[in-house]
Amino acid sequence: MSQSYNRGLIEDFSRWREFSAGMWAWIFHKFTGWVLVGYLFTHIAVLSTALSGAAAYTNTIQALESLLVVRILEVGLLAVAVFHILNGLRLLFVDLGVGLEAQDKSFYASLILTGVIVVASVPTFLSGVSI
Amino acid sequence: MAERYTSFEPGGRRWLWQRLTAAFLVVVLAFHFFLLHFVNHADEVTFALSQARMEQLTYFSLMILFLVTATFHGVNGVYNALVNQGLTGTRKTAVKAILGLASVLLIVQGVRTALEWAGGVPI
Repeated sequence: MSQSYNRGLIEDFSRWREFSAGMWAWIFHKFTGWVLVGYLFTHIAVLSTALSGAAAYTNTIQALESLLVVRILEVGLLAVAVFHILNGLRLLFVDLGVGLEAQDKSFYASLILTGVIVVASVPTFLSGVSI
Repeated sequence: MAERYTSFEPGGRRWLWQRLTAAFLVVVLAFHFFLLHFVNHADEVTFALSQARMEQLTYFSLMILFLVTATFHGVNGVYNALVNQGLTGTRKTAVKAILGLASVLLIVQGVRTALEWAGGVPI
């Protein structure tokens, strides 16, 4: 007989104080997934300015990249993408039967590694922008 | 007996495709971020530089595959999240149709843009 993991009703977010590492991982993965799919549509819309000509595309990208708020949002996007990638790898390994016993530790490792990569990337993402 | 917590249908293959596209996207999304923010910098982007990359068949085909897999993975993820929240019946069918249409439009627009850069399929 297969074993089940009783996660309770995770959709009831008012229970957040009782949530364990695995539940937070589930919520963060879902949240970052929504952000990334929203960004995918926005990204293609911005890139589509190439259909209006070379100058329209270059001017649009360079105007956006000159804004500090866009650079800060890009750092946020990096954080969301890196966490989704690292936690996604964690999920793939768990699906393959590897690391279920340490799933809480691998979630914390995903969070810490995301933080380190994002902090280390801040200078690159903010280079050349005027405040 | 274990309860089924998954929103995937029994016997379906969408769960497998979600994981196969995930494995591909882990690598290609990291490559995409690294190439366009660390090797090249985002504020240096011009039409000519994007064009130079897209005129290479390897890069062009990788980006088309990236677009298709990211769209599938993202939209399928959204659909599953909604089913997981209790979406059923006619609303489920309507959401499936809308998300399917949005996916097609996104891929068509992405491919049109890639072709604009590459000046046609770069064979």
